[in-house]
Order: sequence, then structure tokens, then C-alpha cells
Amino acid sequence: MSALDQPDSAPIGVETVGMTMKFGAFVALDNVSIQVRPGTFHALLGENGAGKSTLVKCMMGFYHPTSGQLIVGDREVSIDDPRAAHAHGLGMVYQHFTLVPSLTGAENLVINRPDVPAVIDWADERGALADFMATMPFAVPLDVPVSRLSAGEKQKLELLKQLYLGRKFLILDEPTSVLTPAEADELLGMVRQMTVQAGLTVLMITHKFREVTAYADEVSVLRRGRYVGGGKVSDLSHADMAALMIGEKTLSQKAARSGVPGDAVLSLRGVQAVDRSGLKQISLDSLDVRAGEIVGVAGVSGNGQTELMELLAGQRPYQAGAIAVKGQPYDASRTQARAANVRYLPEEPLHNACAPRMSVAQNMAFRDFDEDGQGKPRFWLDTGAMRAKARDLVAAYNVKTTSIDSPIAALSGGNVQRAVLARELTGQVDLLVISNPCFGLDFSAVAEIRARIMAARNSGTAVLLISEDLDEILELSDRVLVMSEGRIAFETPIGAADIGEIGQHMAGHA
Amino acid sequence: MNGLDIGWWGVPIAIIGGAIRVSTPFIFVSLGECLTERSGRINLGLEGTLVFGAMAGYAVAFHTGSPWAGVAAAALAGMLFGLLHGWLCSLPKVNDIAVGIALMLFGTGIAFFFGKPYIQPVAPDLPAIPLGWWTDIPQLEAALRVNVLFVIGAILAFAMAWMFKATRVGLIVRVVGDSTDAARAMGLDPNWVRLWSTAAGGALAGIGGAYLSLYYPGSWNEGISSGQGLMAVALVIFARWNPINCLWAALLFGGAGALGPALQSVGVSEGYYLFFAAPYVLTLGLLVATSSPTQAISGAPGELSITK
Repeated sequence: MSALDQPDSAPIGVETVGMTMKFGAFVALDNVSIQVRPGTFHALLGENGAGKSTLVKCMMGFYHPTSGQLIVGDREVSIDDPRAAHAHGLGMVYQHFTLVPSLTGAENLVINRPDVPAVIDWADERGALADFMATMPFAVPLDVPVSRLSAGEKQKLELLKQLYLGRKFLILDEPTSVLTPAEADELLGMVRQMTVQAGLTVLMITHKFREVTAYADEVSVLRRGRYVGGGKVSDLSHADMAALMIGEKTLSQKAARSGVPGDAVLSLRGVQAVDRSGLKQISLDSLDVRAGEIVGVAGVSGNGQTELMELLAGQRPYQAGAIAVKGQPYDASRTQARAANVRYLPEEPLHNACAPRMSVAQNMAFRDFDEDGQGKPRFWLDTGAMRAKARDLVAAYNVKTTSIDSPIAALSGGNVQRAVLARELTGQVDLLVISNPCFGLDFSAVAEIRARIMAARNSGTAVLLISEDLDEILELSDRVLVMSEGRIAFETPIGAADIGEIGQHMAGHA
Repeated sequence: MNGLDIGWWGVPIAIIGGAIRVSTPFIFVSLGECLTERSGRINLGLEGTLVFGAMAGYAVAFHTGSPWAGVAAAALAGMLFGLLHGWLCSLPKVNDIAVGIALMLFGTGIAFFFGKPYIQPVAPDLPAIPLGWWTDIPQLEAALRVNVLFVIGAILAFAMAWMFKATRVGLIVRVVGDSTDAARAMGLDPNWVRLWSTAAGGALAGIGGAYLSLYYPGSWNEGISSGQGLMAVALVIFARWNPINCLWAALLFGGAGALGPALQSVGVSEGYYLFFAAPYVLTLGLLVATSSPTQAISGAPGELSITK
């Protein structure tokens, strides 16, 4: 079963030496050397885009590093593809499940073996599986289809699969992101136990400090593709790790602000909803956004920010609580949004706020094409007025398009963003809800869009800014909220904001 | 009425006989479709494959004098249709449902074109096993004359269920049908697996067609199929992609199809034609009853375009 040349009991260690990975001009990994000692539980910490995934993909042979060596055990090895990595005893548990849903656990384990016989003798296989399971610290039902297992059981089965295939060095890519906290603790406890007892070596990608301190022996921290520090977990405090992970960020220069906040425009009280996975609860006790202020919602992705956006846009039902805009109950119908002057700029606007194949002019008319200027519904469209308005907006917002009649999908990301912003900011806007407005945009587009948001705030609009980019939050916000595990875990006015503290709350440590 | 007058007992006997006689093409086509769909692709062209198989089988049986040569020719022709479907669908941006409908029209059209000269000639029939030798009742004896292909089809259903469960090939087909990503991660080539699953499914549908022209009704004409190839797709869904359930579903469907003629034979002359619609009403009713608006169909292969 095992393709290792080491004796079965000896744990293996893995080391990267000067690993560099370039994608064109972009340096994803810059001379990263980390050492995972045999039989240890090693954590790899870093923000989104810090290069953690790139590093492990180089180790597993998905990417071929531009330069650098990989040492497995005590020999330098060259790993060209995942199969070669498997042959050296390296295995990976991915963030998403790789099990086949309709096959049972036993079938999933057996079919992944390289030497499946043409006719499978299930009596034999079951015996062998039972022997194997007896050596494992945890059990998973093997006779029901994987689709009927819970997320925790699936993740355990992924782990079992790697061990069944004889892997001695496991890379876990955010293994707890789809699990409830209790499931996460159980799983990591078992992994920890196996590193101690069964000679397994584990490298876990994470950004949760709590999991690092509770389970890992050692930690390496990456930031912007570089190794910035690490060592024994027992020697490091959360503040140390947060400082390494987030770095010496200085608050970037604030755009000019004017005016004082007015009354609350948006208020959420005790809103309870189920998250996307259907497993976790989104629970927002109290959230207010006042006129003339920007409230920034920071957080690591997947902690309820998307759901918050969906709640406000009426895309997600909630079980309890109330959402009100200007004191009136609000369920995001077109009529209400229009009456209360609520506008949205969702993430990936081409997919979430546009009809990609309709023209720029038509897309820009979405807010008001069906009313006649006096708030009355209209039957015949006034295409002339629509086009005239689109021409004005394209000029005013500097949208680069060959013509207002070209499909909006033909525009670049920044120009789609400008076009949607132009549509959403036209007329009286009392509440603007924005999600990741600058994701994937170039520098000049970012600066321009942030300036527009700030201008809206200065003219008295209440802005709720949900963003995974902490720099953006710190630059624009008047108040910063941190979402973690579906709740608002922390709130601070920008003047008193401490980056280390924000980072710790983002990482799930209260 | 000659022989014994058995009165209303004729109805259940006719239903049993009809279930066995009428169900055979359904068994083959639905097993073929089941295999293809389990690999993650849907082949709506099996109706065309069935009609072409009926024509090819009849023609070859007529020229060689051997009905089994006809069955082999039908299977081969069906396999070629399956390969064509599988190859077209492996091209980028090709939709399997659209290709299936095109091949259905192509298959029936080309079968009518080449089949014109074979409408008059008489080809040898497939042999049947007289399982009713012990009875004196002619109706029962007739009902129990079981064709060899029915027996093969029934065995095949169990063999296919075993294959999906306990062979490497079977598990690979299921892996590919359920998750293309997982299959690729295992180093399998999903298109290759689907190509041959579709080819094998086409061969089975061809055999189903040969049964039509070589046993029941036992002649080649342009109205030989009454949509068996399309109903088989519904049968597979109703059978929840399980080959053994496909067998039961085909029997149920065949039995329901025999209801109309059986009632007619015992003298129900009014409204009996409504019972000709029984299989279709039954299928519709069962599909409605077993579907759920909130849940995805259980047992459906994850990569199937109609369940995605």
C-alpha cells in the first residue's frame, strides 16, 4: 500500500529551500524556506494571497517552482506532478471535497488505490478496511453514500483516504473552513493525536490563531510571498503572530472627509439567518449605519459577509430580527429600495448587478427604465432619454467603452465597476451597500472608485462597505466592524483602531 | 374463441404475457440508457438507434437467414451510433441533449431510407422458450412463451447491478458520472469513459430494436417503434438509475401496455382504447409521485446535465 522506502514507522520531514514562484511579472513566492520537522504539526499562517496555497502546490507538484529545492526526508527530490508527490508519501486534503458523492466511503477508498483489481472482492476488502480502521483513532460510516455524511465526517474521510493510501506527510488546506467549531476541534484533535502517536507529519494552512495555538507545534508565517517569521508556537503570542501576518501596516492617507454623521439610516436588530453552507448561523445583534459615515465590515472571507450582503439585498431569508431603513421595515423590494433611495454595488458586478449581454446603455438604465421621471410606471421605453443619460454618465464617470451600445460584458473589470457605480450613484442616494468594490482592479481604478465612495459619504450618504481588503477598510471607514463566525465580533471607531487587535478578531480570536 | 374459454382470467394472463413480450425492448434500451447516464451523459438518440437497430437486424437476418446474426448486426450498428454520440459530445461546447435529438432524427431517417426494400420480405424470427408446456390452457401457454432475449435482458440487469458494485469498470463509470473533477484527480479520462459507456448503451438499444423487428411484432415497417427509445429515458429516471429497478420498471410498463389489448380480447369494446394510454399515464403519474420540488433526485449521477 505504501510506496515509501522509509520504514513504515519513521515519520518524514519536508523542507523547502529558497522556493521562488513567478507567474509572469508577479512574484507569488519569494525565496521561501520553511522546515517541517518529522512528526510535528506545523501551521502555515498568512492572509489571503500571502502565497500559502502557492507554496503547498509547489510541494505537491501542481506548480513547478521557478527556483528552489524541496527536501523530503534527508534527500533533495524533484516533484513534477502530484503522482510523484504521492510516491514520496506526500498527500493533501483540499478545502473542497474530492470524494465522489454517490459512492460509499468504502468504494471511495478502494477506487482511489492505484492497484484496484478488475473484480473487487468486497468481503476481502471489507476485512482489510476493518483492520485499517481499527488502527485509526476515529471511525466514519463506510457503507453509506458520501453525500449523506456530514461535512465533518466527509473531512475525516478525506483524511482517512490519505492515510489509507499510505501518505505519511499531510498538507491540510484550511481543513476546518467548512466545519462547525465543534467538528473542527474534534478533527484537529485527532490529527494532533496521530502526529504524536502514529508518526504522521502535518502541514496545515490556516488563518485561525486559535487553531494554531491549540494544536500546532510550530508555525511559519508568510506575507506577500515572503517568509516573515515563525518558530515554536509556545514561544509566540497571538499579538506576535498577528503582527507577523498583517505586518507593519500604517494607516494610509485618508481621503478628505467633511460633515458630521446624521441619524441612523440602516439598522439591523437581532437578525438571525442560516449561512450558505446551511450549517452555521448568521447572527447580527445590532448594526447601524448613519447618514454621512462609512461603516467598514472587515473579516476573513466566509465569515458571514456575503450573507450580510444577501440579507440587505433581499436575497437571503432571515428567521428572526428586523431590518429597517430610515425607521421603516425594509425587505429590499424594488419599490422600497426606490422609496428609501437604497443602492447596491455587489461584488463581481458583471454577474451580480448587470445583464452581461445587454448594452452599456441598457445596463445603466436598470434603476429607472420603467418609470417616467415623475415616479409613474411607463409602458413604452424612452430609448432616446436612456441613451442620452448613458452618454452623460459614461463621460462623467470616465467609463471606457467603444460605444454605449456594446454589451457590458465586453468592458474591462474596472469599467464595469465604474458603469455600475455611475448607475447606482445617480440621483439621491441615502444608503449605499458595497461589497469588495475594488477586487481585481488596477491601481488607478481603485483610487477613482474609492474617491467616488468618499464623495458620496461627504454628501450625506450612509455607506456600508463590506471588504476583505483591510487596507481599503482602514482607508475609507469611519467605524470598523469585524465579522467572525457569522457575528460582529468587534467594533472600533477609526481613530482608535489598532491593527493588531483587528487582526486578532479577524482570525477568530476574541 | 377456440380452446378453453377462461373469461376474465384472460386479462391477468394477457398482462403477464404482455409484460414479458412488450418489456424486452424497454429492458435493453433502459439498461443502455442507464449505463450511459451513470457515466454522466444523457443519450436521447436511443430512439433513433432502436429504429436503426430494428432495420439493420431485420435486413441482416433476412440476408443471412440467421436471426442471431441480425441481433449482432443491430448491436454493432447501435454501438456505432453510440460512438458517434460520444465523440460529438466530447467536443468542446457540445450539448448532449441537442446531439441526442439530432441523432434520434438521423437514426430514424436513415433507417427508413435503407429499410424501404425490407418492408415486404420475411426474415426468420428469434427463438422462444416454451415455459408453458405444463399447461393445457392455450392462452397461458402463449403468454409463457418467453423469448431468449428477455432472459438475457433480465440476467443483464442483475449483471450490470453487480458490475456497478463490484468491478473496477463499474466503479470507474460511477466516479466519472458523479464527479468529473474527482475522476481527473484519479488520472481517469472522463471523455474516454463516457465514449465507451455511450457506445455500450447504444449497442444495447440496437439489440432492443432487433427484438422489435425479429420477434414482436416481428416485422420491419416504419411504425415499428412506438417511442420505446424515449420512454426508456423516463424509465431510467423512474428506476433511479438502478439496473434492477430498470427491469421491474420495464415489466410494469409492458404489463400496462398489454392492458388495452387484453380488455379488448375479453369483449370490453367501449373506451378500451383509453387503456392504450395506460403506460404513458402510469409513467407520468409515477414520475410526478416520486419527484420532489425541493430535493434533487436521489441517485442521480452528479454530472448529468438534466440534474445539475
